[in-house]
Amino acid sequence: MTDPILKIENVSKRFTRMPGLAERLVGKVLGGGKPVTVHALTDVSLSVMQGEVLGIVGESGCGKSTLGRVVSGIYAPSDGRVTLYDKPIARAQGGNVDKLTTQVQMIHQDPFASLNPRMKVGETLSEGPRYHKIIPARNVQQRMRELLEKVGLEGAYADRLPHQFSGGQRQRVAIARALAMEPEVLVLDEAVASLDVSIQAQVLNLFMELRRDLGLTALFISHDLSVVRHVCDRVAIMYLGRLVELAPADELYLEPKHPYTSALFASVPTVGTGKRRFEAIKGEIPSPINPPSGCAFHPRCPLAGQRCSVEAPQLSDAGTNRTVACHLNDGGVGKPLRAAA
Amino acid sequence: MTAALDVQNLTTRFATRGDAVTAVNDVSFSVEKGRILGLVGESGSGKSVTGFSIMGLIDAPGNISAGRVLVDGVDLRSLNDEGMRKMRGNKVAMVFQDPMMTLNPVLRIGDQMAMAVRVHRKLSKTDALEQARQALEAVGIPSPGERLQAYPHQLSGGMRQRVAIAMALLHSPSVIIADEATTALDVSIQGQILAEVRDLADQMGTAIVWISHDLAVVSSLADDICVMYAGRIVERGSAQQVIEHPRHPYTQGLLDSIPARHTPGTPLPQIPGSTPQLSRLPQGCPFRPRCPRASDACTVTPPEDTKDNQTVLCHHPLERS
Repeated sequence: MTDPILKIENVSKRFTRMPGLAERLVGKVLGGGKPVTVHALTDVSLSVMQGEVLGIVGESGCGKSTLGRVVSGIYAPSDGRVTLYDKPIARAQGGNVDKLTTQVQMIHQDPFASLNPRMKVGETLSEGPRYHKIIPARNVQQRMRELLEKVGLEGAYADRLPHQFSGGQRQRVAIARALAMEPEVLVLDEAVASLDVSIQAQVLNLFMELRRDLGLTALFISHDLSVVRHVCDRVAIMYLGRLVELAPADELYLEPKHPYTSALFASVPTVGTGKRRFEAIKGEIPSPINPPSGCAFHPRCPLAGQRCSVEAPQLSDAGTNRTVACHLNDGGVGKPLRAAA
Repeated sequence: MTAALDVQNLTTRFATRGDAVTAVNDVSFSVEKGRILGLVGESGSGKSVTGFSIMGLIDAPGNISAGRVLVDGVDLRSLNDEGMRKMRGNKVAMVFQDPMMTLNPVLRIGDQMAMAVRVHRKLSKTDALEQARQALEAVGIPSPGERLQAYPHQLSGGMRQRVAIAMALLHSPSVIIADEATTALDVSIQGQILAEVRDLADQMGTAIVWISHDLAVVSSLADDICVMYAGRIVERGSAQQVIEHPRHPYTQGLLDSIPARHTPGTPLPQIPGSTPQLSRLPQGCPFRPRCPRASDACTVTPPEDTKDNQTVLCHHPLERS
């Protein structure tokens, strides 16, 4: 690990839905009918080192998938920028795909949806490299066979259609397709979430093997804390579109500093028979259309104080290579909002 | 004491074009009042079909070809359609993975819950709504009175699943079957619901069958665990026995492939291959082609082997070291 190759700088992403004609007409009379804005990402900054696997963890609606898509150039950020080797990644528009954008490849959750059912696997794998002239045409067949073998399938499978594969095998094909573009960065968005446990272990092993052999740099987006711990070097925890904690994986799991991180760890069931209580986080995840004031976690936080409901905490240093966005780490929370339970 | 739910030699087959597929093969287990049985398996293992079979929700081309399902001593399979309708929702209820399978999107929560109450009991609408309100309260829904007025789309996923569980509770059934009931939820919400479910079993004495692919959830929730593979229960025992001293090589393999049990970054032990197709099961033990302990003996269907109430279907069970 040396310098950051991928930099995410103050990225925000907002999705705005304009009201329809009917809503606007009703709105004129009754009020309302205004555009609705979802704050999917708010001021997220991260950098990923060469050869590093960075885990992005959070619950639904925290913006982890949106972040993956911004990095892959599928969405353009509303504010801020994403750079690879200091060059901004532009969103793909029409046929004009920037060469740089192809350097970030995404692997999706559902291998039943991400492979074209009417295309032979070999065609699926070679479509990108052919179009972008990454591999000379005469080498394509050879290269496809190598790729399939690299992900633990047989070269002859290039002539098969996706329905002839099991879920685990399809996910291997999806990985091969991403590798075919010879990317600098992989973005895995819940890439093992839909697989059975025994198959998940196979795909994780493959990922770790490829990482070692090819020196892959990756964003590993997942809600599964135990998977993330197993494969990631550093982990970023997100809540409601913001980064709340960032730390090396082993330190984070040893000693989480943000109350949300601690609560998240406490609610994950672990295999074992001793624990009989579920330490639940109280309340619901708030809506990103109408995020709470101050710290977004304060309505559910057991340690929240008056300052938390007013002032949004900024990321601050919390030890070597660690940052956390919490007033507890930044001068205190003020008068407690609720009595200690 | 008779068990709240006693399933004996249940077999469910689906007739396909070529041949019949046995999705549930000679499955037996029982759950006593106030206990939670975890039914674990990977996709295609037959765990959901077992749940549907207990509820009598198997349609053609499927049929329950053998076995008995006793709820409080009454054999559900001996009942006619009318008799079964009286049991369903009343004595035995089911919670599905997707709460929108349970909830009607165009009815207010209160209306559909009151309807479910009045199917089985002669009560005024007002009394039925009060029952509904109490059920919502029991599963920890804040301001339950207001929620009765809401439509399903106005609730979050976690809230909807709570409503689905509340509906299952309306008639204080002896048995609740929950099929992947928290799989689609976030961990923080899942934690809340698991805590409610545990309380339900402890305080109301409901017997619960918790069907899940997630060993971590099952191990922290259930009292007993059944592990299914290719339609059969391959291991059955207390949660502690199965998790701490698995005897079936498949259970061992499943536990081994969980990342949390290994040093980060190290290769995970993996079960080779993938789950077999039910229409093309290998002869004898269905796990044989993937099993590290398989021998020639395994081409014959393995016998049940019981030790301290822990039963495995295996020729070469693991012994405690």
